[in-house]
Amino acid sequence: MSESSLRVVWVYPDLLSTYGDQGNALVVERRAMQRRVPVSRVDVRSDQRIPTSGDIYLIGGGEDRPQRLAAERLRRDGGLSRAVANGAIVFSVCAGYQILGHEFVNDLGRPEAGLGLLDVVSVRGEGERCVGDVLADIDPRLNLPPLTGFENHQGVTHLGPTARPFARLRIGKGNGTGDGTEGAFNDTVFGTYMHGPVMARNPQIADLLIKLALDVNALPPVDDQWFEALRAERIAAATQPA
Amino acid sequence: MAGNSEPLSPRAKLAVTAGKAAAAVSRVAGKGSGSVIGGKVALRFDPELLARLARHLDVVLVSATNGKTTTTRLLAEALRANGPVVSNALGANMPAGITSALAGGSDARYGVIEVDEKYLAGVARDVTPKAIALLNLSRDQLDRAAETRMLAEKWREGLAGSEAIIIANADDPLIVWAASSSPTVVWVAAGQSWKDDAWSCPSCGGVLQRPDDDWYCGECGFRRPTPTWALSGDHVVDPYGVAWPIHLQLPGRANKSNAAVSTAAAAAFGVDPKVALERMYKVQAVAGRYDVVTWQQRELRLLLAKNPAGWLETFSLIDGPPTPVILSVNARGADGTDTSWLWDVDYTRLAGHPIMVLGDRKLDLAVRLEVAGLEFRVCQGLEEAVRTAPPGRIEAIANYTAFQDLRRKVGN
Repeated sequence: MSESSLRVVWVYPDLLSTYGDQGNALVVERRAMQRRVPVSRVDVRSDQRIPTSGDIYLIGGGEDRPQRLAAERLRRDGGLSRAVANGAIVFSVCAGYQILGHEFVNDLGRPEAGLGLLDVVSVRGEGERCVGDVLADIDPRLNLPPLTGFENHQGVTHLGPTARPFARLRIGKGNGTGDGTEGAFNDTVFGTYMHGPVMARNPQIADLLIKLALDVNALPPVDDQWFEALRAERIAAATQPA
Repeated sequence: MAGNSEPLSPRAKLAVTAGKAAAAVSRVAGKGSGSVIGGKVALRFDPELLARLARHLDVVLVSATNGKTTTTRLLAEALRANGPVVSNALGANMPAGITSALAGGSDARYGVIEVDEKYLAGVARDVTPKAIALLNLSRDQLDRAAETRMLAEKWREGLAGSEAIIIANADDPLIVWAASSSPTVVWVAAGQSWKDDAWSCPSCGGVLQRPDDDWYCGECGFRRPTPTWALSGDHVVDPYGVAWPIHLQLPGRANKSNAAVSTAAAAAFGVDPKVALERMYKVQAVAGRYDVVTWQQRELRLLLAKNPAGWLETFSLIDGPPTPVILSVNARGADGTDTSWLWDVDYTRLAGHPIMVLGDRKLDLAVRLEVAGLEFRVCQGLEEAVRTAPPGRIEAIANYTAFQDLRRKVGN
């Protein structure tokens, strides 16, 4: 981490903030503050330059046309790729996840180049939209409890050799490839289809990003009473047929 | 133009009768007012019934994400100054419910019809309205994937070339995009507090610039049209610059906005703004919304807020601290099952209020409030929530099915 405070950058809320994506930024901020880590958040609109000095970049979900516009502007800007080259952490959701890959299908039905920060390629699914509660086991390397989330997308994301599945599904469609995977990650870049927002359902993902950014192995515990109650309820809801 | 000069065909009469019979059966069976089932049965007998029923009326359609039921009520009151009105006042706003409502108004001169956003273009085609009032568009029921911008686009295609006078909110860029393909538009500066669904230009995708109350796209020149009517504080300013005071029993800025649009729409039918606004004062509660109910020695004000834009407007009308606030959220089918939108609502606005949390998704709310740094109490039911508050006013804010649950509970 550079200097003394944690710098959180929320990328393009004007385009990619359809599913309460601000929530992920709020949870990261809150959990850093609870550990007395000074934190500052910058919301970067799509007509502004992406700062390259951030520690954690968050990028959310959006509708099809805004997704294409966001990809065009991020490619032109180049800041996010430079930040990743400098070791920044990126956490992306849904449309944002697809943009971080090599390619996705845009609103015009054509392949659109992504940023290539994750070794994934996304296409549009043929079947029904994936909507509902999801339960999955996160890659054991990350040492996190089960993933709970809400999915609402029609994307299918194929992972290349340098991307690892973020989680293995117990319930839900995830990457939509039918191979039981959900999301993808490499050393510092993460992608998921989970809403909720995902960090409201899985605050330990926020802790993981903070630990990676601070380069520490542990954080002081905080009171997770309500997070834990919500997790238990949603995990039960996912496992019980409606 | 109006009046029942042309009688209904035998087929249409049969359809209306069959629909009424089905509705009566539904009521007896305790399944609600029966208006939707009645309309469905009637439309099966005569698929053109809606168009046929509307032919005898001067029809105004009202659509929006928020405020359509209230505006329909206000506008219906205003038009009653000129003659009898038939209206789907209870909010059954899809074709079957609309058909059923119109079938009940054979003596009416005007039809004031609330239309669900997704059905607006179709209903506008069927009933050839004289006017259409468009208030606002914002995110709602995310899991249904009716993307807000796509909805504006569909309205635009559906309304292009419509002969109706469109009365539209100039302060909502998505509404302006939807309305501006129509030949006759009356622009009303009706305000829009929620801005987060319109940062992107609906025309070219550029970033909208939004200084103060203005907005424009720096790239393609799409911009806020010059309004002829305006909401200005507690007044409606008409095209001649005359400011008419708004006196409503309904609270809040959003209802003043609804009144401003209703006044402009009523003027299109020759109702004087003074007369229209005086008549609107009569409206006290709309399908239980804004009702104050005495329950267990407390006065509960029942407030419906279904989506982030609605919550934002609701926070601006509640009594200040220390008035207790009950929040209740469900995520059943009619609410949308994705609760992510809670994170688009700025709950820090409730700082200083005692907050009680209820509903199927009270734990989602608890986490949301905890992250906002607020004190709150999670309650098992309304009794517990009310017991923790001293006698007096309580503001109870709930989303769609949670609101219905509250009404049932307090016998409203």
